[in-house]
Amino acid sequence: MKKRKQANKIIFHSEKEVPLMPMSIGSMLFNKTGAWRNIRPAIELEKCIQCGICWKFCPDVAIFIEKEWPVVDYDYCKGCGICAEECPAKCIAMVEEVK
Amino acid sequence: MPGEMYRHGGGSEMKKVIMGNHALSYGAMLSRTQVIAAYPITPQTQVVELLSEMCASKTLDAKFIKVESEHSAMAACLGASLAGARTFTATSSQGLALMHELLHWASGGRLPVVMGNINRAMAPGWSIWSDQNDSLSQRDTGWIQFYCASNQEVLDTVIQAFKVSENLYIPSIVVLDAFTLSHTYEVVDIPEQDKVDEYLPAYRPQIRLTPSEPHAFGGLTSPEHYFELRYKLQKDMEKVGALIEETGKEYEKMFGRYLGLVEDYLCVDADLILVTSGTMGFTARVAVDELRKEGIKAGNLRIKVFRPFPFELVRNILKKAQKVAVVDRNISYGHHGIFFQEVKSALYGHVDGLPLFGFITGLGGRDITPSTFKEIALYTLSKNKPEEEIVWIGVKR
Repeated sequence: MKKRKQANKIIFHSEKEVPLMPMSIGSMLFNKTGAWRNIRPAIELEKCIQCGICWKFCPDVAIFIEKEWPVVDYDYCKGCGICAEECPAKCIAMVEEVK
Repeated sequence: MPGEMYRHGGGSEMKKVIMGNHALSYGAMLSRTQVIAAYPITPQTQVVELLSEMCASKTLDAKFIKVESEHSAMAACLGASLAGARTFTATSSQGLALMHELLHWASGGRLPVVMGNINRAMAPGWSIWSDQNDSLSQRDTGWIQFYCASNQEVLDTVIQAFKVSENLYIPSIVVLDAFTLSHTYEVVDIPEQDKVDEYLPAYRPQIRLTPSEPHAFGGLTSPEHYFELRYKLQKDMEKVGALIEETGKEYEKMFGRYLGLVEDYLCVDADLILVTSGTMGFTARVAVDELRKEGIKAGNLRIKVFRPFPFELVRNILKKAQKVAVVDRNISYGHHGIFFQEVKSALYGHVDGLPLFGFITGLGGRDITPSTFKEIALYTLSKNKPEEEIVWIGVKR
């Protein structure tokens, strides 16, 4: 998996360190939205035509292209199913999440 | 003034006869506002009408953004302010109510937008006339609120409001009464541009939206951080009173007019003090003069700054009186007049046993005249202590 941009968790120990306006004081990287998922995308790579549409459409930037193949980042994928809907080769299936 | 005087004749004489609405426009122009976004609403229309003409004729070098609602007007102002522009808008009543969500956004985002609001009663019944419930309904949005009593004060206060707001990153609302001020023509001394520039330098924010230094503004803020942001807003709000007095003195030095938190008229030896706000403060003065001729030692305390509330000043002025009558052109349903609540809370625990009377009058633009105040004064003098939570003056019964 390609490494995400690193962000350090911001913790203020005093109000004096807090910026005046609510600005860049948290990072969504710490909010692992993958936990919200009820169904997960499963990509059948044999059928994949490497078009990159799933990567382009993912609203959470949770699909990467690695060595020209799509890979889902399940830490952040909310299971919205847009990738499966948009895939022209119909190679993405939304399957039940097992927790 | 940059270029020729617009519409109201040229020449170097700086005294002009203008309406209250145009006093707001001139205040915004002299402050060299850079972005104006507004939606017209009676009785505010002339404010932005004149500003749009100033922009079109280049008398004012500003971007005028036309929008489809007051909500969008404030949204446009917020974006421009975040990008570092000095920003102005004006509205009234229903328009201000529509802006409500974004008023919180402005103060929470620490964006020093300055807005003019013409006090107009809230509908229904549909009204275009004056009362204060529109702006007082925005009490807890974190905006500084100024209530003006003359066109001169309106113009001066806009300039001061920019200075105060930009210094502490808190937005300001400059309030004037519908028609009794907005459409009333008075002689106004229009300060020279050079002097205003000296008083109010260009806005240079610490932080702004710029591609060279990207940031996410107003994003999801966890319980870990939100509390401190609000703490800081309140701490800065607590500095506003002193800054208004300081910048008011500086204004007096340069332009000859002091801009303070309250205005005290003959309160020092008064037995009865009438507490007012907005234009009715000047009406009350006429009544005070008449009452004094009749041997009643009356005084008038006009509260100009409602947020932050000038607790200490109000307390110090009122504690010498025998009786206090607070006159509200507004009501918090199920409670009292809103200024009455504030005055009560200012005195509680500090001044014991001072009889406070709360009056409500003039809602929806019903006239408030000197005789209204005389009626209030005579009622107050006739009772030892208040018998009712609210005394209504002028209701047809």
